[in-house]
Amino acid sequence: MTSPLQQKLKVTGPVVVTANRLGDGAVVYRAADGTWTKDLAVAVVVTTTPAALELLAAATTEKVAVVDAYVAPVELTTQQQVLPGNLRERIRSSGPTVALPGQG
Amino acid sequence: MPLVKAGRIVEDRFVRVVDDAPVPDGAAAILPAARFLADAHELVLRQAPIGVVWPNDRKVAELAPYLDWIALVALVFPNFRDGCAYSQARLLRERYHFRGELRATGQILRDQCLFLQRAGFDAFELTKAADAPAFVAAVQRYSVFYQPAADGRASTLTARLARVPQHSPS
Amino acid sequence: MYIYDDFDRTLVQERVREFGDQVNRRLSGELTEEEFKPLRLMNGVYLQLHAYMLRIAIPYGTLSSDQMRMLAHVARRYDRNYGHFTTRQNIQFNWIKLKELPDAMADLARAGLHGMQTSGNCVRNVTTDQWAGVAPDEIEDPRIWAELLRQHLTLHPEFSFLPRKFKVALTAAAHDRAAVKIHDIGLRMHRNGAGETGFEVIVGGGLGRTPFIGKTIKPFLPKRDLLSYVEAIMRTYNQYGRRDNIYKARMKILVHELGAEKFAGEVEEEWQSIKDGPLALDPAVVADIAARFRYPQYELLADNPSELARAREDNRFRLWLDNSVTNHKVAGYAIVTLSLKPEGGPPGDATAAQMDTIAELADRYSHGEIRVGHEQNLALPHVAQRDLPTLWRALDGIGVATPNVNLISDIIACPGLDYCSLANARSIPVAEEITRRFRDLDLARNVGPLHINISGCINACGHHHIGHIGILGVEKNGEEYYQVTLGGRADDSAELGTILGPAVPYAEIADVVEDIATAYLELRARPGELFVDTVQRVGVDPFRERVYAAR
Ligand code: SF4
Repeated sequence: MTSPLQQKLKVTGPVVVTANRLGDGAVVYRAADGTWTKDLAVAVVVTTTPAALELLAAATTEKVAVVDAYVAPVELTTQQQVLPGNLRERIRSSGPTVALPGQG
Repeated sequence: MPLVKAGRIVEDRFVRVVDDAPVPDGAAAILPAARFLADAHELVLRQAPIGVVWPNDRKVAELAPYLDWIALVALVFPNFRDGCAYSQARLLRERYHFRGELRATGQILRDQCLFLQRAGFDAFELTKAADAPAFVAAVQRYSVFYQPAADGRASTLTARLARVPQHSPS
Repeated sequence: MYIYDDFDRTLVQERVREFGDQVNRRLSGELTEEEFKPLRLMNGVYLQLHAYMLRIAIPYGTLSSDQMRMLAHVARRYDRNYGHFTTRQNIQFNWIKLKELPDAMADLARAGLHGMQTSGNCVRNVTTDQWAGVAPDEIEDPRIWAELLRQHLTLHPEFSFLPRKFKVALTAAAHDRAAVKIHDIGLRMHRNGAGETGFEVIVGGGLGRTPFIGKTIKPFLPKRDLLSYVEAIMRTYNQYGRRDNIYKARMKILVHELGAEKFAGEVEEEWQSIKDGPLALDPAVVADIAARFRYPQYELLADNPSELARAREDNRFRLWLDNSVTNHKVAGYAIVTLSLKPEGGPPGDATAAQMDTIAELADRYSHGEIRVGHEQNLALPHVAQRDLPTLWRALDGIGVATPNVNLISDIIACPGLDYCSLANARSIPVAEEITRRFRDLDLARNVGPLHINISGCINACGHHHIGHIGILGVEKNGEEYYQVTLGGRADDSAELGTILGPAVPYAEIADVVEDIATAYLELRARPGELFVDTVQRVGVDPFRERVYAAR
């Protein structure tokens, strides 16, 4: 997958703005109140290019809270539940797809 | 953009001359490389000090014939990840024995000042004002140097030689 | 083992303090991410998909038991109880927090470990033969020269902001285990006609998007000139390497564009001006570094002690002995490889508990020394043969005695999309599935020595181009696909693999590998003809036909 950081922005479905938190690298999403959340369900979802650009512009003014903000696809279920939109985003949100050694 | 020399913020006594503008009489002036080379034979006869901005994609060997008459060479870091001018600086100092001011210009961070100093620079146009007061601490951060460079600091290559007898059987 | 002196210790501590200051300036916003990124990379810190990743250098693949314990400590205290050994004699921790990095680095520094120059556009960890100092086929210990180079190129004021990363590898053995031909600079120690030892200098090798096998520019370089000649190469590259296009910035492109001869000429000219300067190596300096390498006091032992003969009656032990134990240059001793490729596990990972046990076993059976090889396995380099049966039971107990070294399930794989932010596709689950398909050791042994290398993208961290079977993750319409190459090799007759055919989807890649193995068993001239030799003899077409016939 082309690194999302280099993508030309053309929004054709629901998207969110995501980044990694500066202090610990954790995956976070832009929330409606302008904060960052680890919970995708709380993320602002937009569906048009101008709205995504606006959200991204606001997010990239943040120089300390997060690193490398970008627009990522999501899927909305029929119950309006928000899910990551591709494999990369699924892995970012729920971790590696393989069992991690040395756990438990 | 503060100019730091010998660890202190100093006034820049050189005037920058752009392209074809006249060279001010009696004032220290820095010229672009092409302009300098075009008029070099006259310029070196001037009384006031002359300096050159040398781009990082041009061989410093071209400048070698004039170095005795030049007071300042400004080398360029187009961004702080582009390290081409480190080599130019060492060549100017070590190969061509340039003794004048060697100035680092462009994008430079305090975290690079020690490397710059070791490569032979002695004047630094720091990108960030806050880096100027931190300069002295930044260049004193290390006390051990693994390799000889243009700054005359002793390297471990010679320091280790000094203690070799300790290893021979007594 | 190289033992740090005061200089080495001081420098690492000063580096840790400097980095701590840089992290604080980043956290306070004084440094932007753009400014901080090259600084953190030079300390081995990446930002990956889920967290920061810290890469620690294991110079020339030699670790002491105390260092291994420190790695276990860092895994426990700052990470999630495991680490990943890479193809370049490094270890990576995947879940480090930026705020805790300065503390982790200070702890590592106490054991003489650091992340200096394990990333970024500078000279990376110098690698060598993981069996240096114990291999029967080496002419001398290459680590002394690797250490001289490591020091010279550490925090080098001129070469810390190169056009791109720069990798150096060194071998002194008849059989190249350091893959010197795929490095920016590869050095092969050998004797010239006059019986002197020196270096063949090979430049411009590398994998990635545009793979090249390196070219020899100096057949014989005297030892005293090692540093000055490398300096001349680096200076040529730093000045003329391209900075306008990240894909053309590696030295291999410069060598290719100029031509090896012209490049050699530039280097030679530069070298002539500096060869008799301060970089000419004084034998006393070399002796001083050499004296800091400690070698075990070996006992006088005979090969094949009676303990071995008895233990051989156990079939499992015999399988392991034949597979994972190699000759040592000293009689009565052996080199033992620890497979980090268990069935169904991620290649190259070790847990904190395994690291601690391995450290303890190294103390008891290997003079406190451990090696890390580019195949992502570990080794205990000084084991008395009589101890092999006891050691084997202990290794088996912690899951690092799978007798699959050099076999099809001894897979080299990069972290891929499970961790890496640059990846196209996953590597680890592909590797895990292949190990399950070849869990039957009789089958794996029948197939014989076969290296599979998997990279999750064209950056080729898994060295897929030189895998006997190379697997490269690509993306097609948002799905994971894999391109397969055959016939690559990293040894003395280094060769890049040939593409087998169209990329195949995730669900089919393990089947394809099975088909290739089956085709090989049919195509080989006789049992014992190596897979790569069969590929070389018959070409990839017969494999292509069989693999794609059913697809
Ligand atoms: S090869 Fe690509 S996916 Fe694998 S670790 Fe390297 S950059 Fe990441």
